[in-house]
This record gives sequence, structure tokens and C-alpha cells, in this order.
Amino acid sequence: MNQKIKNEIQQGFKERLDYDELMNCMRCGFCLPSCPTYGQTDQYEAASPRGRIALMKGVVDGIIEPDESVEKQLNLCLGCRACEPVCPSGVKYGHLLEEARDIIQQKKKHTWPVRVLRRVVFDELFPHKKRMKRVHYFLSFYQKSGVQKAVQKSQVLKVLPGNLAQMEKILPNVPSRKEMKDRPASLPAEGTAVRKVAFFTGCLMDTMFNQTNNATIQLLQKAGCEILIPQQQGCCGALHAHGGEKNTAKRLAKQNIEAFEALEVDDIILNAGGCGAILVEYDHLLKDDPEWKERAAVFSRKVKDFSEILVEQNFIDKELSLSNQVITYQDSCHLRNVMKTSGAPRRLIHAIEGITFREMEQADQCCGSAGIYNITEQEMSMQILDYKMSKVKATHAHTIVTANPGCLLQMKLGIQREGMEDSVRAVHLADLLLEAVNNEGNL
Amino acid sequence: MLDPSIRDQLIGIVGKQNFNDSNEAKLVYSYDATPNFQSLPDAVIMPENKNQIQSILKICSEAGVPIVPRGSGTNLSAGTCPTEGGIVLTFNRMNKILEIDEDNLTVTVQPGVITLDLIKAVEAKGLFYPPDPSSMKISTIGGNINECSGGLRGLKYGVTKDYVLGLEIVLSNGDVLRTGGKLAKDVAGYDLNNLFVGSEGTLGVVTEAILKLIPIPETKKTLLALFQDMDAAAKTVSAIIANKIIPATLEFLDQPTCKVVEDFARVGLPTDVNAVLLIEQDGPPEVVERDIKVISAICREGKAVSVKIAQSLEEAEALSTARRSALSALARLKPTTILEDATVPRSKISEMVRAINEIALKYDLRICTFGHAGDGNLHPTCLTDARDTEEMHRVELAFEEIFEKAISLGGTITGEHGVGEMKSPYLAWKIGEEGVAAMKAIKYALDPKGIMNPGKIFAKDTRKRVVL
Ligand SMILES: Cc1cc2nc3c(=O)[nH]c(=O)nc-3n(C[C@H](O)[C@H](O)[C@H](O)COP(=O)(O)OP(=O)(O)OC[C@H]3O[C@@H](n4cnc5c(N)ncnc54)[C@H](O)[C@@H]3O)c2cc1C
Ligand code: SF4
Ligand code: SF4
Repeated sequence: MNQKIKNEIQQGFKERLDYDELMNCMRCGFCLPSCPTYGQTDQYEAASPRGRIALMKGVVDGIIEPDESVEKQLNLCLGCRACEPVCPSGVKYGHLLEEARDIIQQKKKHTWPVRVLRRVVFDELFPHKKRMKRVHYFLSFYQKSGVQKAVQKSQVLKVLPGNLAQMEKILPNVPSRKEMKDRPASLPAEGTAVRKVAFFTGCLMDTMFNQTNNATIQLLQKAGCEILIPQQQGCCGALHAHGGEKNTAKRLAKQNIEAFEALEVDDIILNAGGCGAILVEYDHLLKDDPEWKERAAVFSRKVKDFSEILVEQNFIDKELSLSNQVITYQDSCHLRNVMKTSGAPRRLIHAIEGITFREMEQADQCCGSAGIYNITEQEMSMQILDYKMSKVKATHAHTIVTANPGCLLQMKLGIQREGMEDSVRAVHLADLLLEAVNNEGNL
Repeated sequence: MLDPSIRDQLIGIVGKQNFNDSNEAKLVYSYDATPNFQSLPDAVIMPENKNQIQSILKICSEAGVPIVPRGSGTNLSAGTCPTEGGIVLTFNRMNKILEIDEDNLTVTVQPGVITLDLIKAVEAKGLFYPPDPSSMKISTIGGNINECSGGLRGLKYGVTKDYVLGLEIVLSNGDVLRTGGKLAKDVAGYDLNNLFVGSEGTLGVVTEAILKLIPIPETKKTLLALFQDMDAAAKTVSAIIANKIIPATLEFLDQPTCKVVEDFARVGLPTDVNAVLLIEQDGPPEVVERDIKVISAICREGKAVSVKIAQSLEEAEALSTARRSALSALARLKPTTILEDATVPRSKISEMVRAINEIALKYDLRICTFGHAGDGNLHPTCLTDARDTEEMHRVELAFEEIFEKAISLGGTITGEHGVGEMKSPYLAWKIGEEGVAAMKAIKYALDPKGIMNPGKIFAKDTRKRVVL
């Protein structure tokens, strides 16, 4: 980083970071035990929330320059926001981090491969549903045509860096073009409709995890919900907002607000904590935009995880059963820390007959997936994952349940790294519940 | 700047990865939980054992490089702020519980062990380590010992010094000193244990500690007594103790404190009364039942508008945990929270509360008060903004008056947070010039080069005492 860029970043920090929020941290350290990176670095203060806030403030105050070490430390943060609910002072760490990263990204000159990759992911792929689907058709072909088997056998994958080779194996079986047909604009409830809700499909959830979306919709129907699925909705913008591409995130937010505004519903339901967290913060994202601020707030207030709706609709009174197995639940950080949903998924699992629910230690700590963190910060991600798997193993669980696609893939990766593919599975809560409600034991 | 040859020698001792003088590292070890103090060290060093610490101190002693021992940096007196530069020495790699001795009821630990981890580990064996500072989920035993920390259970069980049986200390010249042992009695010479407890890292580096344990109380019960009249609440504190009951916990919270704590923790703390006492008794069930009944009656006689007893252990636990967040929760209200630690004899608590309120009015400041009322230890906390220099000046004057008042009531300037750099200008107010001279003589004898946490406890100048 040359001096000019450093000066520009420093200026950006001064102008855009909320100084009152930086001062709101009174440095009590109460957040330290909850921070996974602090734990995994032998309690290195710079890798803690208090330390990172101090670094940002130090740059604003002109005590230090925003050099590589500062940038590296902000990158090493998972953005899991476990530091927020435990902060008595109510510091909004996530907002500070997002702003700081955005400033650094904007000022920084990336090397060309990084530039290309960022363009493809942030501008060309995720904001465009059709293109996402096309990539998935390709993946589907890759998996179903036998090419995948051939490739895996040929050891070509060994040239992939780090865990990418392992990741290739854990990708779920992607639905084919036929299976991924467009969803209808509305779906009726099973029986009489008692509630009308809108469904946010998400991009990964509607392509790679298409089946989980199908399951969620069926559960909502069974719970008496009529479901509206606006066609103009798009990507939630979470990857962009957390990856320092705030302007694209804002554009996507507006598109989604418009798509859902037209519907007369009180609930916007989804099944991915990672997407939900940004949706409930659209009001913050658009806080400086007078035309959109209020509309965003109305939208954000309606957003809910599907598990909350199921509990509200007394889904737990249905006959739910599964074969004898130990189940444990890994919180999705953003579902828990930002959407504040942690009880509903557990209540639903508890309601299943025939299983043993065993809480793992530190289920509320990040698994290391964190958006694209497991690719950008592989080493730390794998360290955190291995630690997580040690906690999973202590429960002797047969089934790990999660409520977010990123966490699900990471848990699958963890199972594979431990060589436990034969005895342990990872599933999304929606798929588990559908299995439980359709189980023959109920009949 | 550290001399390059010293830097090389230090790296030689701990290895490259455990010596850090990057921009980033210097910044994040430049502060503790004390507002308005920040100063960069020259480097941070993370030793693994006593021998490394001996070598480090020898080198720094010869070269006159300051050493600032640091646990988790949660102290509130600028005790780990490296105001004279030098090396911050951390104990993150010395954080093992070495032994729980169930025959002698002791636990032996390294200084970096987190207080709550220790408490949980001994409780798993049916034993009890009472000192529980509000910061226990992150504070270290090394920090607790060096501040002589108290906690919510201090009233009945005492503070850290009552549980330190033995210490291993590396002195500034590299010598190793062992004090005390697994002994219930020991009068072999001066009581060096107690000299090092509360010494704020100015006499040596604690590398190991033997702590006393007691059997865990059978059960406990918690109640909240609500008052509209703050003075009545304070008088009730004295009344309970005068009735020869020593509850395990007797905490005071005023209304603004209750409000912010409830905002954060949502445990059902009342926000519509002016003062709340959080009282806990532990022990055998019969005793707990009886005491709680008597305490309830005393509260009612003392004009409590209501007395609520927690219905379960979980509810009780949630209330104490919420109380522990009080200071940080107050930080919600204003950018800067400056808290004090004045302590008076228990019988004087209501007089002190009244004085604090009057002083706040006089200087036109917002001061909230909570604290370990049963210990006579209050934490008047001023909500302010460090950027407002005019108000900051009034804050300083107000706290000077609070210190003065505490001392005139037979109290002290700090009950548990230590003198550090923040209160050093006021030390002589409490202990007199003779007291300062005696302490300086001890300091000089043990640390003649003055490398151990310089600038702490002793000020260059004593503040001129205000005459009331
Ligand atoms: C929200 C909050 C609540 C608090 N509540 C309480 C409370 O209820 N009761 C209470 O008493 N205090 C309380 N404190 C103050 C503080 O937490 C305690 O003083 C605690 O013991 C400090 O522990 P630490 O590990 O953070 O030590 P540090 O802050 O890192 O260090 C404290 C002192 O100990 C020295 N030191 C640390 N380790 C060693 C060692 N191994 N050898 C030599 N010197 C060493 C340091 O140089 C420094 O002088 C609170 C603080 C906060 C922020
Ligand atoms: S808990 Fe909140 S106030 Fe305390 S150090 Fe962490 S962010 Fe700062
Ligand atoms: S977001 Fe997560 S990783 Fe980042 S500082 Fe907070 S707790 Fe640590």
C-alpha cells in the first residue's frame, strides 16, 4: 500500500466512520470471550472486537496509519457479530466493520486476478438470477454427466489450492434445468389459509439449494400459509455489503423493496440467516437515502426466519417423528446475532418424536464459513472449523442441523475433514422438518 | 524506540512469533478499560514460562526498559496503559490451571487463567472460589491479584487477598521469590503475600499463585428490594448489617443504572423506582430461608415499596449477571463514562450516597451510582464526553470532592480498582506523605531501577487538596 492510498483510506475513515459509535466502546472486554478469532489466536487483542474497534479509532485519531496489518486484521474478522449481543454498551460493531471494509475496498488497487474475480462474483453473477442459474446448469451437468467422477478420479483437483478440492466434493447435488423451473407467483395453503406470507427465495437457496426452498414452501403450506413469490426479487446483497461493495448492495436492496412493497403481506419469510441479516438491516443500509429510508424500514420489520412463523403457527403440535438419532444444532451467526432467532429452531427440533436433541458446547460460535471467508481466509476458517468439529464430536450427534446454506456447506466440509461421512450428516432445518412431518411413523 | 540489540535479545528469548512491535500490536496494547488514557508501548512480548520472564526482566533491568505486565486490560485505573512506553508483557500463553488439591483445598494456577474458568473448574469439584469481580468472564487471576479485586460476594467472603496463600514472583533483577504456600498458617517473617497482592505490577511479575478454596455453599436465594427513596435504600443496607446478618451479596443500583441494565439484559429489573437492592444469601437451606425472611422484613421496615424473591436459580443467576453489566451498560448513554471507586465504612453509606447526589447537582453533572453497597464500596459513574473539556474539568472537581468526602468519613479513594496512574495524584490524600514515603522505600528496595510498571501508584505531583 503506498502512502497516497493510506492517506485516502485514513481520510475515508475520518469522514465516514461513526465516531460516536467508536467512542461507545468503553473497552470493558466483555465481548472478548465470544470472539472466535480472539480464541483461535491465543487471545491476541488485535484479533478481538475491542482491538478492531481500537484499530479503527486509532486510524481516525491519527495515532496509526491504516497499513497492511490493520487491513489484514479487519479481513480476519468473520463478521459473525457474536460480539454484538454480548456488548452491554450496545456497540454496533457490524456497521463499523462494514463501513471500514467498504472504504478500504474502494481506495485499494487490487491485483488484476482479484479484480477480475470480484467483478465476476459481485457484478456479473450474483445480481443476475439467470446467470446464476446458468452456472448451476453447468454444475448440474458436471455432476450428473459423469464428468465429476472422472475429474475426481483423475486427481486434477489436486492442483486446486487449499480446501477448494475438498469443497468441490461437498457441493450438494445441484438440480437440473428441468427441476429448477420458475416458481409460480403464488401457492395455496394446505387446507384453509390462515395467513398470507411472502417468500424470499435468495439466489443460492433457489439454485444450489433449490430442494431446501421446496421443502420450506411445503412446510409453510402445511402450516396454513398462502405464499406469494414476487418474480422481480433478486439477490439480497449480503455478499456485496460485507465484501466492500456497498453501492451494489444498495441497488439490490431497492430492487427487493420494490418487489415486495406491492404485496399486501405482513411477513417476508426466508430460510437463510445470511440473507435475512442484511434484509433486516436494509433500513440501516439506506439510512442516508431520504426517499428509501422509511420504505426500507417497513420492509425490514416484516422479515422473519421460517422457523419463527412455524412456531407461531403451532407447527410443533403436528405429528413429527424420525428414526432414533442424536441431533445437534449449529446456530447460524447472522440468524442468531442479527435476526435474533435462536429459540425457534431448537423448539422445532425438540418437537420431533424419537430423536435425542443434544446441545453442543458453543453452538452459538461461528463455524468459520462466514460468507466467502472460508475461501479468502482459509487457514483461520479451517482452524475454527476443526475446533467446531471437536465440539460436534463430543455430542456424538448423527445429524447436524443448520439454518443457513453457508453453514450447511461448512458442516459438510467438517464432516469430510473428520472422515465421518458414513456416520454423520448435515441437513438444513427445513429438510429435516419435512422429513419428520412426512415420516411413515406418523401414519 | 527499542534499541535494536535489545530487540534481538528479546526475540532470542521468546521467538519471533511471540514478540510483536507492529503498528497494530502497539495500538491494541496501548489502552485498558480506563477512559481517556492511551499510550503506545514499544513492543508486546508473550512469554511461555517463568524462565523466559526471568531473562526478559534481566535484560530490561540492565537497559532500563519499562515492563508493563498485562492480563486482560480491564482495569479501571490506567494500570496497564504504557504511559512511559516500554514492553507490555502478556500472560496469554501462561493460562493453565496447574492443580486442584482437594486434600488441602487449594488451587494452583498460572497468572493468565480467566477468573470465570477457574471458578467453573473448581465448582465442578464441589469447591468454591468466591472473589467474583463483575469482569470475571474476561479478567485474569494475575490481574485480580495485582488489583486485589473484589466482587459481588465480597461482603460475606472477602476479596482476592483473603484467598491468596502463596505466590511465585519474578523480581525486576530476574530473581525468583516464593511467598507463602499451601498453608493455613504461616508467620515466617513479613507477610510478603499481602505485599504483592494489590501491588499493581509495580513490584514484580506474578508467575504462579496458590489460592484458597472453600466448600461450595449448599444453596442460595436472591431478592430484589425496591425503594422510591434512595436514602431509605442506603439506610436499609446499614440496617441489615447492624442486624448481624451478613448476606453474600448486597448491591445497590439507582434508577438510571437499572434502566440501562434492563435495556441490555431484559431480566425484569424494575425501572420505575429510584433505587434497588439486589441481595443474595447462601448456605444451608434452613439458614438461607431464615435470613431471607429477616432481610425481607428489614427492607419492608426500611420503606421498601416491594420485595421480590427470585423464583429459580436461573432467575437469580440472570439478575447477578445483569448487575455485572452495569458499568458497560451505562456507556450506552454517553460517549464517556468515568467511574470512581470511593469506599466508606458501611455505616456511612447513606451519607455518602447523599453527598454524591449533592456534588452532582453542584457541578451540574449526570452521576449514576451503583455498587457493592454492603462493602461500603460505591461506584459513582459520571456520564460525560471526553471531547467537552469544560465539562471534563467539572468532572475532575466533582470527583475530588467525592474523594475528600469519602476520606472525611473514614473511607478511601479506591476500594478495589487500584490507584494506577489515574488516582496517583490523590494517593497522599489517603495515606499521607509518610505513607507514600514508606511505600516508595519498598518499591525502591524491590525494583531499584524502577522498570516495573513505572508511573503507576506514585505520582510526580500530589493534587492540592480542596478545602471543603
Ligand atoms: C465492566 C467492568 C467491571 C469491573 N468490575 C469489577 C469488580 O466488580 N471488582 C473489581 O475489583 N474490579 C472490577 N473491575 C476492574 C478489573 O476488571 C479488575 O481490576 C481485574 O482484576 C483486572 O484484571 P485483568 O486481567 O484485566 O488485569 P489488567 O487490567 O490487565 O491488569 C491489572 C493490573 O495487574 C497487573 N498485572 C496483571 N497481571 C500481572 C502479573 N501476572 N504480574 C504482575 N502484575 C500483573 C497490571 O500491571 C495492572 O497493574 C471491572 C472492570 C470492568 C471493565
Ligand atoms: S463489550 Fe462492547 S463496550 Fe465492551 S469492549 Fe466489547 S465492544 Fe467495547
Ligand atoms: S464479528 Fe465475530 S470475528 Fe469479528 S470481532 Fe465480532 S465476534 Fe470477532
